[in-house]
Amino acid sequence: MTKTRKNLLGAGAALAAMLVGLAAAQAGDLKIESWRTDDTDIWTSKIIPAFNKHYPDVKIEFSATAPKEYDAALGARLTGGTAGDLITCRPFDKSLDLYTKKNLDSLNDLKGMTNFSDVAKSAWTTDDGKTTFCVPMASVIHGFIYNKDALKKVGAEEPKTMDEFNALLEKLKKDGTYVPLVLGTADQWEAATMGFQNIGANYWDGEAGRTALIAGKQKFTDPQYVAVFKEMASWAPYMGNGYQAQSYPDSQNLFSLGKGAIYAAGSWDISTFRASAKFPMGAFKAPTIAGEKDCYISDHTDIAMGLNSASKNKDDAKKFLDWVASPEFAEIYANALPGFFPLSKTPVKVNDDLAATMVGWRQECKSTIRNSYQILSRGTPNLENELWNVSAQVLNGKLTPDAAGAQLQTGLDKWYKPAK
Amino acid sequence: MPRARLIGLMLLFLGPAVAVYTLFSIYPLLATISLSTYSTTDTGDHVFVGLANFTTLLTDEVWSKPFWNAFFNNFLLFCVHMVVQNPIGIALAGLLSLPALRFRATYRTLIFLPTMLSVVIIGFAWNLILSPLWGVAEGLLKAIGLGSWFAPWLGLPSTALVTLSLISVWQFIGIPMMLIYAALLNIPEELVDAARVDGLGQFRIFTHIKLPLILPTIGMVSILTFVGNFNAFDLIYAVKGALAGPNFASDILGTYFYRTFFGYQLQVGSPTMGATVATVMFLIILAGVCVYLFLVQRRMLRYTF
Repeated sequence: MTKTRKNLLGAGAALAAMLVGLAAAQAGDLKIESWRTDDTDIWTSKIIPAFNKHYPDVKIEFSATAPKEYDAALGARLTGGTAGDLITCRPFDKSLDLYTKKNLDSLNDLKGMTNFSDVAKSAWTTDDGKTTFCVPMASVIHGFIYNKDALKKVGAEEPKTMDEFNALLEKLKKDGTYVPLVLGTADQWEAATMGFQNIGANYWDGEAGRTALIAGKQKFTDPQYVAVFKEMASWAPYMGNGYQAQSYPDSQNLFSLGKGAIYAAGSWDISTFRASAKFPMGAFKAPTIAGEKDCYISDHTDIAMGLNSASKNKDDAKKFLDWVASPEFAEIYANALPGFFPLSKTPVKVNDDLAATMVGWRQECKSTIRNSYQILSRGTPNLENELWNVSAQVLNGKLTPDAAGAQLQTGLDKWYKPAK
Repeated sequence: MPRARLIGLMLLFLGPAVAVYTLFSIYPLLATISLSTYSTTDTGDHVFVGLANFTTLLTDEVWSKPFWNAFFNNFLLFCVHMVVQNPIGIALAGLLSLPALRFRATYRTLIFLPTMLSVVIIGFAWNLILSPLWGVAEGLLKAIGLGSWFAPWLGLPSTALVTLSLISVWQFIGIPMMLIYAALLNIPEELVDAARVDGLGQFRIFTHIKLPLILPTIGMVSILTFVGNFNAFDLIYAVKGALAGPNFASDILGTYFYRTFFGYQLQVGSPTMGATVATVMFLIILAGVCVYLFLVQRRMLRYTF
């Protein structure tokens, strides 16, 4: 008994010491919460040292949690008061929720905010457009990355239209050397984000369709949305063997090992492929539908940084945020992480040719963000989760395109009443 | 013994356990149940709503459909464990207790080994084994001429849950085996010898003498399986993620709770609805344990040696 008590006392003392230690560590230092576990190296070796050239006294720790756990872990840490000073912001409601719950400070008075357009800030601004609470860092662009050797082998050019795209898939299948389309459904989001949102923008005319959905003027049962699912339903024969159990890392490996021809991509994949793929790569944007002149790309505002209201070191944190809003940060970030494109007004030179190709689409096409992110994923059932589910099922051949559209719309109608 | 001393001793011996249990088990349980009677407003305040959350969970189709789906999947998970894990566990224990067996300790250790591995490792390893892209499963089946039987089992709605259940069985088979093996060792030699004198073979000794004697242990293993399965979460989460695909085919109460409480991707978590799901899970387990205690345990015959 006495031994137990001693042990308990000892444990208690150790715990107290740890807590004191944590509090002490917080005084002059900053901690960044992020879900970008892949980027830890770049932050510690490039970005933070660059900041420290201006402010050598501020010590910054980049602390990343796996993407799947980030939101839950961050929520728990914010409630418990142990979260870092700077919070990497997810786009839209997740961060808006943090702001309304007073976990994030308003950043309206931050000087650097003038470097961003309203569209860039839209993902981290209140519904009335008055308050911005995160500094926009980057967007990601969807498209297709392809193995140049594979297209050379079948003697094909980059497809411009959906018909050319489908013909190319057929050609690659006949040739048989490569898996024509690298896309898996095990993780579900891959189907929705890399499939549906990637090619969809051209079908629903980008922002026009997205805002019409929010306004209730379009429905997921409309022909343009069902057509996206119809196209996806035709991909099954071209995807890898057992794609139903193919996870996202499987897809990445399949392509970077040179076994796949066309990879349904997010621009963030570029750095992964640069590190592992040994063949020449190119990128083409989501093919247009026959007869359409304008093209649209999914240029999704994805990542920003906000200030924890409970931070003990807000002065230094604001200095850092101001620097994050500067062109200097944009330049470093864009080139350290090819595939994450800065949102600031000043154009940034991107050195990686694949990344430069993708960001170049901003000049040729109109940008839009994923249609499920703003406002439409606030209720239960959650539209984004539903979209993952039905997109994967359509690719798996378990749900017809019409039923997919109907399921999305029924779910949305249950809670969403568009403003009249 | 003077009364004061008795009370003092009781406090000394029971006090720490009561304190620890109250602090880490009873209090959180009561706090969860109380949280389930609240609802969160837009500003983050909690307001008392009585049993409204439970009504929502069980009657609103948006909540009840995934809930019952998770419940039945959970039940299937339990059934697979009862039908596959426990009988094999009993059989292995029976084989291990055979007097003529050599390398007993080696077998025991090997079979128990997966139980001690992290579920993340188990999930990752099986994911790789069964992967249609790099897995050895397809190659092995081809080698014995059954290549056409292979399917991406973890990715098909019809097979995902059973596959995951069998992975879990593979991992935890050591536990029923060990418990039952220990019970078998407790059976006095005289009984077995007497049976042998009466002319019974090993198999009939097992079914007629040993099995009835270890029934209470089998009952305990069953109830442990029940509680463990209805609290399960980690393997499904490690292999399929919190969305437990495809089309929620592998969703169980644990993953449903996780999504509700913590939220998922764009879905914002709801601590109060999460607490409601947790409370219902607790009640389900409580009901199951009660049924066992009152209907099964009491009627079970016990032998003292």
